[in-house]
Amino acid sequence: MELLLQQIIAGLATGGIYACFALAVVMIYQAIDHFNFAQGEMAMFSTYVAWQLMAWGLSFWLAFGLTFVFSLVMGAFLYLVVLKPVQNASALSQIVAFIALMCIFNSLAGTIWDYSVKPFPSPFPETALFGALVTGHDLGMIAVTLIMLAGVFYFFKFSTLGLAMRAAAQNPESAQLCGVRVQMMTALGWALAAAIGSVAGMMVAYKVFLEPNMMYSIILYGFAAAIVGGLDSPAGAVAGGFLLGVVENLTGVYVPGGSELKLTFALLLIVVVLMFKPTGLFGHRVVKRV
Amino acid sequence: MAFLQVDGLDAWYGKTQVLFGCDITLDEGGVIAVLGANGAGKTTLLRALSGMVRRQGRIVIDGTPADQLSPEAVVRLGVAHVPEGRGTFGRLTVEENLRLAAIIRKDAAGVRRDFTRVYDYFPRLHERRSQQAGTLSGGEQQMLAIGRALMLAPKLMLLDEPSFGLAPQVRRDIFLILKDISRSSGVSMLVVEQNAALALDLASHAYLLETGRIVLSGTADSFLADDTVRRTYLGY
Repeated sequence: MELLLQQIIAGLATGGIYACFALAVVMIYQAIDHFNFAQGEMAMFSTYVAWQLMAWGLSFWLAFGLTFVFSLVMGAFLYLVVLKPVQNASALSQIVAFIALMCIFNSLAGTIWDYSVKPFPSPFPETALFGALVTGHDLGMIAVTLIMLAGVFYFFKFSTLGLAMRAAAQNPESAQLCGVRVQMMTALGWALAAAIGSVAGMMVAYKVFLEPNMMYSIILYGFAAAIVGGLDSPAGAVAGGFLLGVVENLTGVYVPGGSELKLTFALLLIVVVLMFKPTGLFGHRVVKRV
Repeated sequence: MAFLQVDGLDAWYGKTQVLFGCDITLDEGGVIAVLGANGAGKTTLLRALSGMVRRQGRIVIDGTPADQLSPEAVVRLGVAHVPEGRGTFGRLTVEENLRLAAIIRKDAAGVRRDFTRVYDYFPRLHERRSQQAGTLSGGEQQMLAIGRALMLAPKLMLLDEPSFGLAPQVRRDIFLILKDISRSSGVSMLVVEQNAALALDLASHAYLLETGRIVLSGTADSFLADDTVRRTYLGY
């Protein structure tokens, strides 16, 4: 029993990483009605920027703040320069653009900062808690995720800007007819998604270490968490992240050979959820009528 | 004085020219109908006025030249376009749909008043205000589209086939409400319709659009008396 509890807590700690990322996925999905496959690499690049700022002697939180702002600008810039020209193209063309971005960021980071693995500091105390399963960093990361969740939730649910952004993504033409400046909303969506991703990157890098491929497995789980939780529900995405972390961890401990099957079980979870609840656990069903 | 003055309007749908030299005049507080068959260019006419397609010619709305303006800027002149297909935001609630339509307004008290007004016109929308708009029936979505237009506090409403796909009873209700809106708030209206009988009942003047050209214009009564119009568009 105690082992189970410990493993659940440890799972929540890993889940915090996925939850953080899933939130960025939901943000961009609300803003552009698509996935952005380059999101992980964008976050990785931002994390390198933070690392560079700290290498130049800035404190963690100062570097954190500047990186946040840098990512906002980078997100808006990428939209205006790279994605706006293809936004009326087919979904496949857009996916190609996303994949191109992904490769570009990966190579760019490798070229600028080389491919060696770098340690990344944590702003939180490193004391171990609950029988060494959870560290201060884990709790700090979960807190940061929950604070961001609150912010994103408030933004979409209550702010006029959030409402305009959701409308612009769902039905750009009709949004225009309501006076929404659609391009500006999309640029803002990219900016915010990039910034949330950068926070996720900076929180995660302490655990997985900084290197150009650090996001490969995490972004997969992030997408998975968002799908499990529901793509239009920030809270669902975060819950999905924690759930995924726990399932993954319990599989590793209780299923024979489970440590090899962690990813399999996580993906199985997605399939099962999508079979019985296609909109995700917390997603809203979309009904269309003609 | 004319609220909307259109002279020599050409418009394109992609690379194809759809409208050729259209002239339209709509007086302040007036209601005009544009009739025509499928593909005559009715929807393109509205989209050209809203700035959603490439167009050329003179468009003056409320004294302001509007032929170079973006759709977002045309809205800010007080033009509410109720689009073909109703433009519902399916994943927003009914109330959010209405709230969204008022985002360019600064007068909070006026917005609250218009919420009441929309819910008075359409009690069904009030019942379903926290429901996702995608779950509404076709008629309810049309009510919502008109409600969104009202939330803009418009001076001019462009209505694209408000009767399309609706049951006869719902259709009649919607047109009665449009009549009331026109009478009580003095908003000008341009209604594009295939259902000529309904449109001519609402409008005082009408235009007939055939393959992108205006081939007939006059009072609604003269349209009702015209043999060709009667046979082709009224079916008796």
